[in-house]
Amino acid sequence: MGLLDQKFENSNIVVTTMDNLLNWARLSSLYQMQFGLACCAIEMMAASASNFDMMRFGVIPRATPRQCDVMIVSGTVTLKMASRIKRLYDQMPEPRYVISMGSCSNCGGPYWEHGYHVLKGVDRVIPVDVYVPGCPPRPEALIEGLIKLQEKIRNESSVQKKAV
Amino acid sequence: MTAQEIHNILNDQFAGTILDAKLENVPDPFVKIAAEKILDVAVFVMNDERLQFDYLMCLSGVDYKGKLGVTYHLFSMTHKHKIVLKVEVPTETPNVPSVESVWKTANWHEREAFDLFGLNFEGHPDLRRILLPDDWEGHPLRKDYQTPEFYNGMKVPY
Repeated sequence: MGLLDQKFENSNIVVTTMDNLLNWARLSSLYQMQFGLACCAIEMMAASASNFDMMRFGVIPRATPRQCDVMIVSGTVTLKMASRIKRLYDQMPEPRYVISMGSCSNCGGPYWEHGYHVLKGVDRVIPVDVYVPGCPPRPEALIEGLIKLQEKIRNESSVQKKAV
Repeated sequence: MTAQEIHNILNDQFAGTILDAKLENVPDPFVKIAAEKILDVAVFVMNDERLQFDYLMCLSGVDYKGKLGVTYHLFSMTHKHKIVLKVEVPTETPNVPSVESVWKTANWHEREAFDLFGLNFEGHPDLRRILLPDDWEGHPLRKDYQTPEFYNGMKVPY
């Protein structure tokens, strides 16, 4: 339970806004879609493993897109895979977020010049919330990207209209 | 068995179809065969007791500007010797007999050479693209290939 149960000693009535509550619930339990494509997937696995442990942030990998909140696109996105990524993104229920991990999914990476089969950045098919640079990014960098996504979710508002 | 001996055996059996050979001072000695005869040569080198090349290590397509080629890297598990066979075909009619009936691994290797170079392997049971999407146009590893502008609505260049 962490911080909440230490705060209130006399009563157990908490007054807050609905936005705060929903945002806190969403950012603390971002179920991740296992979506490793290439070398960045190894770093994503390292970030989930014991030394860097993404699970303590509530990020549990789920195999199906229907049950997850965040899709971490890690690895080179080829044109053959891009239509499948679009389909999987459409299958995720809202609110959904995308973290683009590594330079291949940010902008095409080392294949930007001669890669005839590489999609130069996954943001050409799906909207991305956080870009994590690196080739591959260290697990700490991925966790910082996750924290930035959590800050973005903390500042969201259910009454404010969103672009997408 | 040395490359020179292998070349002599091939020359005895297939006089006239050996176009070129480079056997000295190269890391991979090769023998260049006429393209129509490659299946007969493949059956021979697989079954002959002195040669017994039963392992096709690699089958690669090549684009010499103006011609296409196929390179076969062969190894013998029993005699532990290697040889390379090369064929060349013109770019307008890139037809090569398939050696899939001899070495089954050539199934996927020839599909890759078809996918990336456009080499047409006659007699291959299932010649279709293996790496690129099925509706891709063009054969990318040719020297005169241009990257497409759009593929299925996605912009391809940077």
